[in-house]
Amino acid sequence: MGTLTLIALLPLAGFLLNGLLATRLSGHPFGKRFVTVVGCGLPILAFLLAIRALVELRAGGYVPLQEVVFTWATIGREPFEVAFHFDRLTAVMVLIVTGVGSLIHVYSTGYMRDDESYARYFSYLNLFLFFMLMLVLGRSLLVLFVGWEGVGLASYLLIGFWFEDPEKAAAGKKAFIVNRIGDAGFLLGMFLLYTAVGTLDMDRINAAFLATPAPAVSATLVGILLFIGATGKSAQIPLYVWLPDAMAGPTPVSALIHAATMVTAGVYMCARLWGIFASAAGASELIAWTGVLTAFVAATIALVQTDIKKVLAYSTVSQLGFMFVAIGVGAYGVAVFHLYTHAFFKACLFLGAGSVIHALSGEQDIRKMGGLRGKIPVTFWTFAIATAAIAGLPPLSGFFSKDEILWFAFASDQGGSAGVFALAALTALMTAFYMFRLLWLVFFGASRLDPHAAAHVHESPLSMTGVLAILAVLSAIGGFLSIPHFLEPMLPLPGIQPSRAGAHVPIVVMSVLLGLAGLAGAAWFFAGKGERAEAVKARFAGLHRILSGKYFVDELYDLVINRPLLWVSENVFLKLSDRALIDGTLNGLAALAQRTSGVMGRLQTGHLHLYVLLALVGTIAVLFWGWRHV
Amino acid sequence: MDKTQLLIALALTLFSLGLVGVIVRRNLLVMLMCMELMLNGVNLSLVTFAQEAGAAVGAVLVFLIFVVATAEIAIAIPIVLLLVRRRHTLDADAYADLKG
Repeated sequence: MGTLTLIALLPLAGFLLNGLLATRLSGHPFGKRFVTVVGCGLPILAFLLAIRALVELRAGGYVPLQEVVFTWATIGREPFEVAFHFDRLTAVMVLIVTGVGSLIHVYSTGYMRDDESYARYFSYLNLFLFFMLMLVLGRSLLVLFVGWEGVGLASYLLIGFWFEDPEKAAAGKKAFIVNRIGDAGFLLGMFLLYTAVGTLDMDRINAAFLATPAPAVSATLVGILLFIGATGKSAQIPLYVWLPDAMAGPTPVSALIHAATMVTAGVYMCARLWGIFASAAGASELIAWTGVLTAFVAATIALVQTDIKKVLAYSTVSQLGFMFVAIGVGAYGVAVFHLYTHAFFKACLFLGAGSVIHALSGEQDIRKMGGLRGKIPVTFWTFAIATAAIAGLPPLSGFFSKDEILWFAFASDQGGSAGVFALAALTALMTAFYMFRLLWLVFFGASRLDPHAAAHVHESPLSMTGVLAILAVLSAIGGFLSIPHFLEPMLPLPGIQPSRAGAHVPIVVMSVLLGLAGLAGAAWFFAGKGERAEAVKARFAGLHRILSGKYFVDELYDLVINRPLLWVSENVFLKLSDRALIDGTLNGLAALAQRTSGVMGRLQTGHLHLYVLLALVGTIAVLFWGWRHV
Repeated sequence: MDKTQLLIALALTLFSLGLVGVIVRRNLLVMLMCMELMLNGVNLSLVTFAQEAGAAVGAVLVFLIFVVATAEIAIAIPIVLLLVRRRHTLDADAYADLKG
């Protein structure tokens, strides 16, 4: 068995071992240790194997490694193979998935220590890793799609992990259903690609679209259909509504699935199929604008949220929007770069939030926090570093990736525009502001803790703080590894519009200033008891209500989509079709048979003599008829 | 009336007697006997016509029918016995369980 296959199969083995075996060992002291060793050990092993694969890739001069596991089906002359493919882009993704994934597994051993479904949790987490690795390792779009659906399933299972709470179960359902809408677009895109190009092999699709003559299909149409799939998985307008609700799951799940890895699958897919988007200017423009609008809208909502995880969730939506801006202006490598830095600092932020929640015995409302700086110092310092990274302060990782995105949004010759840039820059300012607001409200100022919770404040165990420290270091220095440069042989960067070539240095300076402005603004607004913030809130009460109501998008969808659907289901499908038509037909037929049999049954008198007589009469009648007619 | 006509008339009489017996009698055993009468009436007509046509095949066939009739009655009588054991009556109308 090859390295790549093994990388994917190790987490699957963990899922099977923990899911089938360890759930029976619950309660046994050995059981928990078994779960921990299997659940964390196999992902770490997969990470080590991924490093080995990268070494092999380097040794082979970056010729992609290929492994065909088996042929799924052959249609015509085109075989559908479950085949794995490992090139520069896959290497980055696999290392993020297994690396950050392993760290979060280790963190979970502390965070979920007292949960009664410990084994179930780890088996789901391993299942997620397996599907995510299928997604990033797959050579063909079909394998990617299997992983794509699989991570959706794992996400559903983990959001609704505490399914006794109906609200959490509903959040899981929402994520699943909203994703299905996107998947419909994705599937249509795949069908169209297969009809036009005759293969689902992603490298061959890219080559076909970059060659002349291009395939006889509109690249814009394919691009938009695939992007609809990406809007579902990667939480973009109009399908972003599931991600904030997905915070109902355990916090490490939010960090792994809903921040670092799964939600970036859409970005990965667009970067992997860059050939299509590079030849579809219309689709790219749509992506850039959708991305920047999502980033902006989510950032405005994040400004006023009071739940620590909700702020981070909207921030994730916003950062994903930034990645799509990069995709939209043709800077695919830069999108992956931001994906990579975002994986570190957002995982660190979420795990830090988890540590805060853990310390406060489950409190998530930032209005009831404050002054935690001295009480949980490791959490504070790691959280602060990650906050500075996402705000884009140099020399932390977020600075490099966000600066590149802003630069290409302005100057790329594949759709860079001042409008996109301006909105992105404004969003960057808001990002810095709401993140420092979060930092301020949680860690600085006077304590607003519930006295009951205040008595129990404690720093998290080493399994959690250690992971936080590693992620904080990675968020700090991760930017020095230039991913766009590493990926450039594969994902070329767009050209620069000559008239804007001189703007690079001003943009760098501006992006630093924006980060500092956000920091200063948050410090000024929330210093002391936050009277200034309260004053602004009172002044713009209407705006505040709209923002804290999340623009009432959920309510709008409910009114425009859910209610009409429910009405149609209730009245047309249930009452008219199901009850009147189908049940009515069946019941009518049954009643008819019953009534007929009631009449016919009377002929069965049970008197043999009558039967014989009737048979005699019949025979005579037949004979008589025969005599007269034959 | 020649011999053939006499024999055919006899066969018809036997058949009719049997048929009337099956229709009017309620005793299972008597009904079985009447059925045998009907069968033998038919048999007789078969032999008669065979004789008339000068074919020996008919006479041979009659023996075959005797064997079949014996086998049939050997099954029918035990069935009646079992029925009687269950209900203690020979009345055919007592066995009307499938009445609608």
